[in-house]
Amino acid sequence: MVEQLASSGGAVPRLVLQGISKRYGDVIANREVDLRVAAGEIHAVLGENGAGKSTLMKIIYGVTEPDAGSIQWEGAAVTIRSPAQARRLGIGMVFQHFALFETLTVAENISLALDERVAAAQLAARIRSVSERYGLPIDPQRLVHSMSVGERQRVEIVRCLLQSPRLLIMDEPTSVLTPQAVRELFATLRRLAEEGLSILYISHKLDEIRELCDTATVLRNGRVSGTAIPRQESNASLARLMVGTELKECHLEPHEAGAIQLELIALTLATEDPFGTALRNLNLRVRSGEIVGIAGVSGNGQKELQAAISGETLCEERGMVRLCGQQVGRLNPAQRRRLGFGFVPEERLGRGAVPGMDLADNSVLTGAGAGLVRHGLVQRDAARAFARATIAEFSVVCESEQARADSLSGGNLQKFIVGREIRLAPKVLLVAQPTWGVDVGSSLQIRQALIDLRQAGVAVLVISEELDELFAICDRLAVLAAGRLSVGVPSAQLSGEKIGQWMTGGFEAAACADLEHAAV
Amino acid sequence: MNIGTWVAIAASAFGAATPLIYAALGELVTERAGVLNLGVEGMMLVGAMSGFAVGVSSGSLLLAFLAAAGAGVLIALLFAVLTLSLQTNQIATGMALTLFGIGLSAFAGRSFVGLPIARVPAVHIPLLTDLPVLGPLLFHYDPLVYLSVALCALIAWLLKRTRAGLRLRAVGEAPAIAHALGEPVTRIRYLAVLFGGAMSGIAGAYLSTALTPMWVEGMSAGRGWIALALVVFGTWKPWRVLGGAYLFGAVTVLQLYAQGLGVHIPSEFLSMLPYAATIVVLVVICRDPRTILLNQPASLGRSFHPG
Amino acid sequence: MRLFEASGWGLRLERRPRASRIMRIVSSPLAALAMVITGFLVLGALGKDPLTAFKVFFIEPVSSLYGIGELLLKATPLMLCALGIAPGYRANVWNIGAEGQFTAGAITGGGVGLFYGAFLAHWALPAMLIAAVLGGMAWAAIPAFLRTRFRTSEIFVSLMLVYIAQLLLSYLVHGPWRDPAGQNFPQSPPFADNALVPTLFAGARVNLGFVFALLLAGVSWWFGSATAAGYRLRVGGSAPAAAAYAGISERANIWLAMMIGGGAAGLAGICEVAGPIGLLQPVISPGYGYAAIIVAFLGRLHPLGIVLASLLMSALYLGGESAQLELQLPSSVSGLFQGALLFFLLAAELFINFRLRRVRSSRARVPAPTAA
Repeated sequence: MVEQLASSGGAVPRLVLQGISKRYGDVIANREVDLRVAAGEIHAVLGENGAGKSTLMKIIYGVTEPDAGSIQWEGAAVTIRSPAQARRLGIGMVFQHFALFETLTVAENISLALDERVAAAQLAARIRSVSERYGLPIDPQRLVHSMSVGERQRVEIVRCLLQSPRLLIMDEPTSVLTPQAVRELFATLRRLAEEGLSILYISHKLDEIRELCDTATVLRNGRVSGTAIPRQESNASLARLMVGTELKECHLEPHEAGAIQLELIALTLATEDPFGTALRNLNLRVRSGEIVGIAGVSGNGQKELQAAISGETLCEERGMVRLCGQQVGRLNPAQRRRLGFGFVPEERLGRGAVPGMDLADNSVLTGAGAGLVRHGLVQRDAARAFARATIAEFSVVCESEQARADSLSGGNLQKFIVGREIRLAPKVLLVAQPTWGVDVGSSLQIRQALIDLRQAGVAVLVISEELDELFAICDRLAVLAAGRLSVGVPSAQLSGEKIGQWMTGGFEAAACADLEHAAV
Repeated sequence: MNIGTWVAIAASAFGAATPLIYAALGELVTERAGVLNLGVEGMMLVGAMSGFAVGVSSGSLLLAFLAAAGAGVLIALLFAVLTLSLQTNQIATGMALTLFGIGLSAFAGRSFVGLPIARVPAVHIPLLTDLPVLGPLLFHYDPLVYLSVALCALIAWLLKRTRAGLRLRAVGEAPAIAHALGEPVTRIRYLAVLFGGAMSGIAGAYLSTALTPMWVEGMSAGRGWIALALVVFGTWKPWRVLGGAYLFGAVTVLQLYAQGLGVHIPSEFLSMLPYAATIVVLVVICRDPRTILLNQPASLGRSFHPG
Repeated sequence: MRLFEASGWGLRLERRPRASRIMRIVSSPLAALAMVITGFLVLGALGKDPLTAFKVFFIEPVSSLYGIGELLLKATPLMLCALGIAPGYRANVWNIGAEGQFTAGAITGGGVGLFYGAFLAHWALPAMLIAAVLGGMAWAAIPAFLRTRFRTSEIFVSLMLVYIAQLLLSYLVHGPWRDPAGQNFPQSPPFADNALVPTLFAGARVNLGFVFALLLAGVSWWFGSATAAGYRLRVGGSAPAAAAYAGISERANIWLAMMIGGGAAGLAGICEVAGPIGLLQPVISPGYGYAAIIVAFLGRLHPLGIVLASLLMSALYLGGESAQLELQLPSSVSGLFQGALLFFLLAAELFINFRLRRVRSSRARVPAPTAA
């Protein structure tokens, strides 16, 4: 049961983080982050992916420890070494992806997750009373697999509440909820805050944050870029803090775009994955000689969009995806490649390349149609030559073309995969997260390679979470949010504010008709 | 065909089913924890031999069964160390266990071949055993038959209603989540595998001391594989496995009497029925991803890497 | 991994950054050596002189032409079945029912020989071989179909089908196919000369099947390394997401893997019944189909390794028989060694990917589920 806690009002804050820093290898995830949460306060943590939110929450919940900085819990300095310890202190966390056992009941799931033993009947009673009290009604005897995502989230929340937390961390809680369920959740959270529970609310949905939260800390590139009182801000001002105003300018030479090479027409795709995003009526055109970028926070349909374009997921209708004028909605990836499609996926090892095979064999993965397989036989010599040429042209650092894919560094493997796809001379190239986890030098090379492709008349579509990158190389930009796609607009005409707003869903989706009138 | 013959058939069906029940229930627990142990046949034979050997040498049937359980545990331990700690492939290791068990039992038991042993006696319950039809049908078996039913009830209760059973089921469904929640996945799986070994050992000992009191190498004649089929046939639920065992037992016995019963289907086809039925059950539960989830332990056969 | 650490031995198993090449090559011979040493120790403990035992077990059986023939003869079904199932295992298609496909091949091939042998004259044998391969494939088609269409686990289905096949054979030789002149024994009439697989040289029983097995090994090697289909199987098994990315059909892989396994096992079946056995009878295999699983792993799923592993397993079978005659050990001692061999191999394989390290005690930490 959540105890009635006195609200502090000027007294000791519940949680104080000072100068928290954390790095993973070369990547600095958190850089001197300060955070202050009072009792009974709903505090938002805003930021794009990669801004450092997840790492910060892991530190607070004891999954990992900071390299520098201090944590004070209710006035006393603490070192949080494990989630169990965090729970003992009174910190609870509701994760974005629930960890529930589908074939067990609600009560059984909660019982496993509790640190203390409670008799079954007593537990069921407590579940019922807590869930009802906070407007999260759930039946303890129901099997989890029969519950909707919203109901499952309630189970996670009730589980936390049963351990009498004083701080509750909620990670992107509304990404899987219907608007109605969001309303109910907010009512619950307000109720809890009134009773003195502090809430850390992680999200990038500006409207919701402005509606629900008392204060907000905005992270960008690992640093705190500002704090704000959401109710006193507009979406635009919050977006500015999230995304920054100084975005790289596009230095691309103006270029006449040619024929339409990739077209999405009313692309709609349902999803069976409860955590997936359905695509709704996407319309887009990419012409030869231009680079179109799709921005958006991950989890808004990017994976589904990639699979729909590549052919890993087939569309309901052939006409939803057109490559070089042909309807390819029902064709598989190999068939689409034969029509001139190239694809660099966001996962390198395991999808873009087979970890246990060497680079020569990995060339055959997508190069089968380019002479690396003939008459059903793998042309090993040709594959080796192809791999060697790719390694040379793209400066891939490796032992040789016979090095195993998993022996290369992330950046070099990415260069190899990008190089392989480019050297297969596609007419359309789809690239997802081209420089994620890649060192600076390799990133520059990859971006330059994409620009060169544009010069050569290839139609390039880049899906990325990194706005800087998109602004640097794209002619036009669109935003994917909650499975809807905005109109593509020349990047010169876009500001950081507008993009930030779009990324949180504030746009009119591109309809078929718009494409006829779209500039360029 | 008079009542007496029917009763005799039914009675031998119960007897034939009993070793299957022990072995299958043991494997059920193992599989519910997510581990596929194909070595049941080998473990049964090791149990049969150890039980027989100790029974003959000591004269005590109780010691025989304890020894059989112990032997089963030891040989299952080998499997557990390989698959759970050393992360070897469960299928390959299970096959190795089968071959090894067959060979080891034959090898170690060679001096016991042909020796006589007193059969496990049937119980005599004062009033009940003497009832006209129900007596020999229900109340005249050796204690292990009754124990097997009790075991089924115990396992069903443990799995469904106790915390230990809950933890086992959680481990079998999603070991990664269980591990994140702090459950000792590897330890729980060890215990499940060892329990399976003990039960297979007892099943084997029942063969060599009750069903056909003797020791001959390879005497389980494939019952270990049938036990594996039973677990699937019963969709990993104890009472269904029990029922399935009686069904399989009945079919095994019936085919001996088929001719006399005027059934003109060749006995081999009757014997095929349980296997065909198992395939059908599998198809039915696997068609829909949901039913697979609800019936088959999700992590079955996959190694778990903590950390 | 905290196996040894927990028990305070101060050792820890730690994943190697890159798989050890040396261990890859050396693990099988190491395991074989470990098995032999253990065998000596066990036999020594039982009062048998190890050197005599070694001679009886390994040397005597192959000290005559006939003996060498037996070695190759027993290796044949092992090789054929293992070569058949190995590509599937590499592709994550677990065909456990080679024993059943073996029986199915024996039935279909044997049936052709029994009923059309006379009619086909010297075409009888080729027809039988083809029928056997097709029969094995048909038997393997059932788990393939159920897996691709209904997601049913091929492990259990192929296993159940072993029994059904054996029962079918039993029915046939007890009933419709029983030799009327056979004094009521459950066996078919013996195959006529034109329906027998010819032996390779006089004085030994090893037959053409061995040649088929070697040919299959060569074809298998070529298939795995040179063909696109073999490439697709390998990718499908080691990186399913990459296979989807490349447009490789999982269905096609499953069917191909099962057909290869079924066909090879079927061929093994007919070479056995139309070879050393000479007719159809209820028991036609001492578990070759199951032992082949071990052979496949022993050979590290590679054709050359499988050839060598089959010879080793065959030697173990022969050794067991020889030990039975000369040392009064039960023939099943082969099974003992075969199982032990695989245990040692599986353990040795561990060191390909892991190594032992000394370690000071450190607090174990339970990680929480990571946020997205």
